[in-house]
Parts: sequence; structure tokens; C-alpha cells
Amino acid sequence: MFDLHGYFPMILEGMTLTIEVALLSLLIAVILGLFGAIAKLSKSRIARSIATVYTTLIRGIPDLVLMTIIFYGGQIIVNNIGDSLDWDYIDISPFVAGTLTIGFIFGAYMTETFRGGILAVSHGEIEAALAFGMPSWKVFLRITLPLMVRHALPGFGNNWMVLAKTTALVSVIGLHDMMYNAGVAGGATRQPFTFYLVVALLFLCITGLSDLGLRWANRRYSVGVRTV
Amino acid sequence: MDYNVIIDNLPLYLNGLWVTIQLVVIALVSGFGLAVPLALMAVSKTSLLRFPAKTYIYFFRGTPLLVQMFLLYYGMGQFEAVRESVLWILFKEAYWCAITAFALNTAGYTAEILRGAIEQTPFGETEAAQACGMSKSTMYRRIILPGSFRRALPAYGNEVIFMLHGSALAGVITIVDLFGAAKIVNARYFVPFESFITAGFFYLCCTFCIVWFFKWVEKHWYAHLRPRIS
Repeated sequence: MFDLHGYFPMILEGMTLTIEVALLSLLIAVILGLFGAIAKLSKSRIARSIATVYTTLIRGIPDLVLMTIIFYGGQIIVNNIGDSLDWDYIDISPFVAGTLTIGFIFGAYMTETFRGGILAVSHGEIEAALAFGMPSWKVFLRITLPLMVRHALPGFGNNWMVLAKTTALVSVIGLHDMMYNAGVAGGATRQPFTFYLVVALLFLCITGLSDLGLRWANRRYSVGVRTV
Repeated sequence: MDYNVIIDNLPLYLNGLWVTIQLVVIALVSGFGLAVPLALMAVSKTSLLRFPAKTYIYFFRGTPLLVQMFLLYYGMGQFEAVRESVLWILFKEAYWCAITAFALNTAGYTAEILRGAIEQTPFGETEAAQACGMSKSTMYRRIILPGSFRRALPAYGNEVIFMLHGSALAGVITIVDLFGAAKIVNARYFVPFESFITAGFFYLCCTFCIVWFFKWVEKHWYAHLRPRIS
């Protein structure tokens, strides 16, 4: 059906880059999200307000605008620091900027998801752990975190799907991901529709496969939960 | 930080804001118009109606908005038939390409939200409607759809915010919306921080307005659900 004029390997190469960006930024987002959730639920007012400003700002500004701020602005900051410290010129690669931004953005969404998950853990479990004399970090690592996963999983899945689709934006700041490569191939063959359709179908593969994986994880983490 | 540049270019930003509002409002209204029949098809018991609606929703929710927009903006010119038809008036302009892509995209998401809301209609309500002898179309018009709109409201508020954020993509295909204005200012004066942060600030204000508006609507429509204050 599709005559790709031998450009398919190039698109697939771009797809590996897309997946790399997605997975790395997911890692950043999860770490940020955990810290954010802990901060939002902490007793310290400063930690709470920092986390609130973070999630409100990030969720109020389009991802594309944030990405350009970090990509162009980050370069200027690095240049200024480099000048004052006599470093050589450091180039912020689109890969680093894109991954950091997407991770940073979805950290805010993950914060909300994890916060909800932590709040859903029944209080008795935590009380029991405290009664055993566990220090609070141990309670978090051994009790709250594993139990939170089940509650946070649906939200986490949604965030991951949106994140995977957001990676298409890195092509705008010049990263050679599958969107960018499809543009090049489409321009060379004068068949942009065909190539973007291929990209769309590959994205459907990514989201479809993740859906299957998430369903499996959901079943695994809900073992022993009785449903109607 | 040099904010004189921004103040000098404020009219450009305000114009951009106006274009952004146009894009979002037209896309949301037409997307909603498309979403209602799609949602009705998606809950239909006839698979001939259900299958196309589900496929549409799956495609538009499973692929990035950027891809959908590029498919229309760069892709449509590939077809001789499109270039010679009336549709070309629409697809040769970046503005209408963006609006079409946004409308089709938000229709997919809104249809999914509405589908969920329709399926959550309490069984007693439809049963009562049937007992009153309502025909299926009356039941949908008077009972199921109004209740579903109300149930869908919080999720739809999120969708409106996502649409606002998605509309920034229009700046990528030469449209001078808020993001496009920021791009122009940055290209002319090389002030990435000031230019994009200003755009971000405008988007933030819009987001707050939308959040505030939906809170107000919810307060109005959910009045009967509020806890009674004695």
C-alpha cells in the first residue's frame, strides 16, 4: 500500500530516538513526580508552596512554549555561566533540552497522580508500620510506595500516553526524531502525507502496545483486590 | 532581561492572543458539534455505526496533534484530487488547516469523554423515561444528553485547557498566534527568555480564566449537588 522509496529504515531510526526520549523523560518525570508528591504532602509550608507553584505553572503553560524557553533560554544561561567560569563553549543539544523539558513537564502531572495515589493508601497500613517502629522513610519505601502503585497506575498510564505523543514536539527544536525524518523523506519524495501517515501509525503502535502493557501491570498490581 | 522590547511589541502579542482565541473557540465549537454524533455512534448497539466512531476516536487520541496537523498542512497537497477540489481553498491556508486539525482532534477526545458520560447514565433514569412512553430520540434529547453534558463537564474543562495548549502548535506552521508572535520577537531581537516567557504568561492567564469559568459553570449546574449549609 505504501511505497516508501527506501526511507523506512530512516523513519525507524527516528522512532528509536523518539522512544529513547520518551523513556528517559519518563524516568525524570517519575523521579520529579515522587519528590513533588512528597513535597506536596509534607508538613513544611515552603516545600508545599514550591511544589504548588511548580505544578500550577507547568500545567498552565503549553509544552511547546516551555520547551522553547528551556532550549533557547537554557543555552543562554549555560553561556553566561560558562563565560564567568572560563569554560569552553557548551552546546545544549536538542536531545538534552527536549528530554529535560518533557521530563520536567510531566513531573508536574506525575506529582498530582502520585499525590492522589499516596492519599488513597489506607491510613491503617501506615499506622501499623509506625507501630512496628519503622522510621518514616522506611514506611514510605516499604509500605506507602508499593501500595500507592495500584492507585496511581491508571493516571500514570494516561500520563505516559500523553508523554509519548508529546515527544513529537522535539522535532520542532531540531531533533531528528521520526517526525523530523518523515518531513525530510516527505519533502524528498513529494509524498508528505504518506510519510506522516506512517508516523501516525507507528505512534498508534507505541500507544497500543503501552495500553496492553499497562493492562497487564494493572492486573498484576490489583491481585487480591475484590471487584464487583 | 530587557522588557522594553516586549512593551514595544505588545500589539503583536495582543494580535497573537486574538488569533489564539479564534483558533481555540472555532475548533472547540465545531469539534463539539462533531463529538456529539460521534459519541452517540460510539454507544450505539449497531456495530456498523460503532466501529467507525471507535476507529476515529482511537486514531485521534492515539496520535500526536502535531502529526495530525502536518498531515493536513503538508500532506493534503500531495493529492491531485484535493488540489483541484473546493477543499483546496481550506487546505492551502495554514489558518484553516490548523483549525481543521484542532477541531478533528478535540472531537475525538470530546467524543470519548461524552461516551463515558452517556454510559454512566443511571439506569433508573432511562427506565423512567421509557415508562413515560418517550421515544428513543426524545429520551436522548431530554434525559440522556443533558445529564451526560453535566457529568462530562469537569473532564471537558481539562480538554479545553489541553486545546489551548495544543493551539500553540499553530505557531509552528507560520500562523502568528501567541507562540508565533513570541517566535517573531525572538527572531528579530534574540531575546528567547523575555519573548517566550511573555507568551507563557499570556497562556497562563488564559488557563486561569478557563479554570475560573468552569468553576463558575460547575457551581451553577451542580447547585443541587452542593452540601446544604444549615
